[in-house]
Amino acid sequence: MERTTIDLWVGLFVVMGLGALLVLALKVGNLGGVNIDESYSVTANFGNIGGLKVRAPVKSAGVVVGRVADIKYDIENHEAKVTLKLDKQYPFSRDTSASIMTSGLLGEQYVALESGGDSVMLKEGDKIKITQSAVVLENLIGQFLYNKAADGGEKK
Amino acid sequence: MPSRIVKAVRRVGARVVDGVWRLGVASRFLLLTLAYSGTSFRRFHLVIKEIFSSGVLSLIIILVSGLFVGMVLGLQGYNTLQRYGSAESLGVLVALSLVRELGPVVAALLFAGRAGSAITAEIGLMKATEQLSAMEMMAINPIARVVAPRFWAGVISMPLLAAMFSAIGVFGGYLVGVKLIGVDEGAFWSQMQAAVDFHQDIVNGVIKSFVFGAAVTAIALFEGYDASPTAEGVSRATTRTVVTSSLAILALDFVLTAFMFRGEG
Repeated sequence: MERTTIDLWVGLFVVMGLGALLVLALKVGNLGGVNIDESYSVTANFGNIGGLKVRAPVKSAGVVVGRVADIKYDIENHEAKVTLKLDKQYPFSRDTSASIMTSGLLGEQYVALESGGDSVMLKEGDKIKITQSAVVLENLIGQFLYNKAADGGEKK
Repeated sequence: MPSRIVKAVRRVGARVVDGVWRLGVASRFLLLTLAYSGTSFRRFHLVIKEIFSSGVLSLIIILVSGLFVGMVLGLQGYNTLQRYGSAESLGVLVALSLVRELGPVVAALLFAGRAGSAITAEIGLMKATEQLSAMEMMAINPIARVVAPRFWAGVISMPLLAAMFSAIGVFGGYLVGVKLIGVDEGAFWSQMQAAVDFHQDIVNGVIKSFVFGAAVTAIALFEGYDASPTAEGVSRATTRTVVTSSLAILALDFVLTAFMFRGEG
């Protein structure tokens, strides 16, 4: 079969179309890597991670210092095991505490790190021991209502 | 006075009967096109030539409009979302609206204007200059040789164009949202990836654009084939193609959306 320029253009068109589909499937739909050049990973166990998602930011004093690389369920402790990928230029002490916060009232959730006083720094593969779970709004409201009801009962 | 009313009723009636008649002819035409499609696949270079003229030549308008639609979505979405402190959901908003609705629908509307009108004008002119009759004289079936390849080219091109529209639209939203306004990049992509489901959203969008592609090309081909063989007739047919296929796209979109996303939170 002879080849014409039109064939080339149509081929290019089809390749672009399929490429766009691939981008939609991989980049928009799922998958995709974390792009911090130099990083180290630490893990932290949380009782409840709320709506934390992979690739959510890790912040310290409000500055983005890394990303959530992986979230798994820890079968032994029945907790969520969160892997944090931190930028190498920000070292944290070994007694750093990690907590899950929400930006704004209904905003997305992120991991907040607060450095401690220890002079030994976290290394690749270390585990953050002091953690604070996400605040679940429903529980909070439930607690509030429960307290309110208890207060009302005492007054009478 | 009564004769006036009678005339008006007669006119309406004639219009309705004419419309139903045309619909019947159009259905028969579509069936004939499908029945004579064999040639298109045996001689695929015919289809490739048509993919070039309706798909490749529509690329520029699709890509540029997609970019701008995505950028506008980024700006407008940010304005509303930041009031509720959830500007990070911008990625979700841009991606879902593009992949589910705007990609297939706007790409199909542009396709109707850019390629559909060209198809109608071309076939209408072929009819006006009696090229189609000449083919029949030479025992060449004009539906198999002229109509069917254009139909399949449209069906193949449309999903590819819609996918490109959505992809470049998401990129436009990213440019405005992340690079210009400064929404967190990780949150933009991560929330988008968490919310966009491959089967539920992307595959359904592709199915939509397949249906739109078939509808637009079928309407364009029929209008061209049915045009009165005069300069005025061809121009009218071209206008009708754009109007009818735009309406068909929007109506079909409602029906498909009702089927695909019914009962979803």
